[in-house]
Amino acid sequence: MNIIKRISIISIILTIVLLLTMVLGISVGSSDQNLLHMVKALIYPEQDPVLSAIVLKLRFPRVLLAVIAGAVLSLGGVVFQSILRNPLAEPYILGISGGAAIGAILGIIMGLARFPGVGFTAFAGSILSLILILYLSSGQTIFQKDRLLLSGVMVNAFCSAVIMFLVSITRDARLHNIIFWLMGDFSTINALQAGLLLVMVIPCFIIIFMLSHTLNLLSMGKETAKSSGVRTRLIILVQLLTTSFMVSLVVGYCGLLGFVGLVVPHLMRIRLGPDHRVLVPACILGGGAYMVLCDILARTLPEQGEMPTGVVTALIGAPLFIYFLKRSNR
Amino acid sequence: MNAAIEVNHLTCRYDALVTVDRISFSVTEGEFFIIIGPNGSGKSTLMNTIAGLMRSAGGEIRIKNRPLKSYTQKDLARTIALVRQQASVDFPFTVAEVVMMGRAPHQGMLGLERTADQAAVREALTFTDLHHLANRKMHQLSGGERQRVFIARAICQDPEIMLLDEPTAALDLAHQTRIMDLMEKLKQEKGTTIVMISHDINLASLYADTLLLLKNGQVIRSGSPVAVLAYDVLESAYGCSLLVDTNPVKACPRITLVPESQLERIRKAGKG
Repeated sequence: MNIIKRISIISIILTIVLLLTMVLGISVGSSDQNLLHMVKALIYPEQDPVLSAIVLKLRFPRVLLAVIAGAVLSLGGVVFQSILRNPLAEPYILGISGGAAIGAILGIIMGLARFPGVGFTAFAGSILSLILILYLSSGQTIFQKDRLLLSGVMVNAFCSAVIMFLVSITRDARLHNIIFWLMGDFSTINALQAGLLLVMVIPCFIIIFMLSHTLNLLSMGKETAKSSGVRTRLIILVQLLTTSFMVSLVVGYCGLLGFVGLVVPHLMRIRLGPDHRVLVPACILGGGAYMVLCDILARTLPEQGEMPTGVVTALIGAPLFIYFLKRSNR
Repeated sequence: MNAAIEVNHLTCRYDALVTVDRISFSVTEGEFFIIIGPNGSGKSTLMNTIAGLMRSAGGEIRIKNRPLKSYTQKDLARTIALVRQQASVDFPFTVAEVVMMGRAPHQGMLGLERTADQAAVREALTFTDLHHLANRKMHQLSGGERQRVFIARAICQDPEIMLLDEPTAALDLAHQTRIMDLMEKLKQEKGTTIVMISHDINLASLYADTLLLLKNGQVIRSGSPVAVLAYDVLESAYGCSLLVDTNPVKACPRITLVPESQLERIRKAGKG
């Protein structure tokens, strides 16, 4: 089938899935109201101002943030897996998210605004992690695949220690909810911030999609890609920077959500094949839907209150990671 | 005859180590040119530099009468295709998808395929006799089949010059001749210039129009197989005992390794 047709059909189907999960995400909540009530409250806000406010000011931004986070982290997984030539690479496992979290916490302690201040310090943190990872895993050995993951685990462990250190030495009220934030939290955002975040990540999506065919070519190795006319150095740099940038933004807003970039790309690749021109839009839309579902579980599983969404993504993702690792070693 | 590749006083460095040392040669358009030499003689460095993957430390390379430096990455990819030894692909792409990637230098950024691209893929698959495997996943193929897919991909790139770095390494006998025959056919039918690195001197002797023997980054000798594959030249280049006679299949030199235990007997027989 023609590639454009294929991308279109898959995107349309996944957009419908995404919209359905978003509607579900908005309608599920602690104040049990059915969908009809909710739609009515949105159309005639004066009839039920409380419900309309809950939906517009709390649930919608929360669901939108979950969609953005899912899309960004899934896409981050695709890019890292392709460029680092390792099917188990992912922003969280590599410690890129951890680096961004350190940067974000430092930004919060310094009293910077969520954007651009904290976004910038998170980006700086993720770039430092990325440089460390690339340095640790460089050099030609046949164990390179495991070495990359091992480097990631070490960077991650170090980042966690630094985060806990920073949390321990400050008595900052803004870090009060840090434990929640560290495990992924979508509850602290308003519609304006969510909209701003969306405006920031969409150009990143476009850049990565435009370069998606070069990800295909890079899967044959840098040298072969270069001999096929790809300006490998430039393309890899742009891809890594764009990805780290959008991942940092997401970490700055909702903390650490692990394994999303592993689960979604793998499921998509099994179903849709390895062509990145299809995978990139599929992971954006499918990743968004996946995260909304995880967030629904996080809100509904505990009888009282809720748990961090990162708990759900890790409960699903970590066992799958172990399964994929076992399978890739066979 | 026009030169496809001209190399003048080329020097390449790997950190401080000089791997290619002021060498000069030229490859004529449409010839089968094979580079031989012991390990670490600079063969791969030379090929990677011609392919534009590495920068030289001095000297000049001209591709089709134009300096290599004046080519953009994409221009160069339309002129030169490269097949690396034991090439592989990370994700489970199909054979047809990998071959289609060869069209990248002729396509836009997203690699959208036109009818001409599909025709080129079909032709390359037929040429390499891979049509029946078109929808097979790469990791389901044998090493020899996989190497043929990468050759089909390079053919699909529609280059005037094809560079191959030990394409027959780690392949069985049938696949070795098959790949060499394929290159011969490409040269005959499309006039493609073939430049290959080979460790198998006998295969090189059978197929090459011109041989280039390298050692320690310098040209020991170049010319026809008969001129290059002389007993004394080879023995000093490789540092081992060899017997050179005439190949019964084609009137070209044939090289036989002489084990230490047989050395005395061979010397006594007055040969070598």
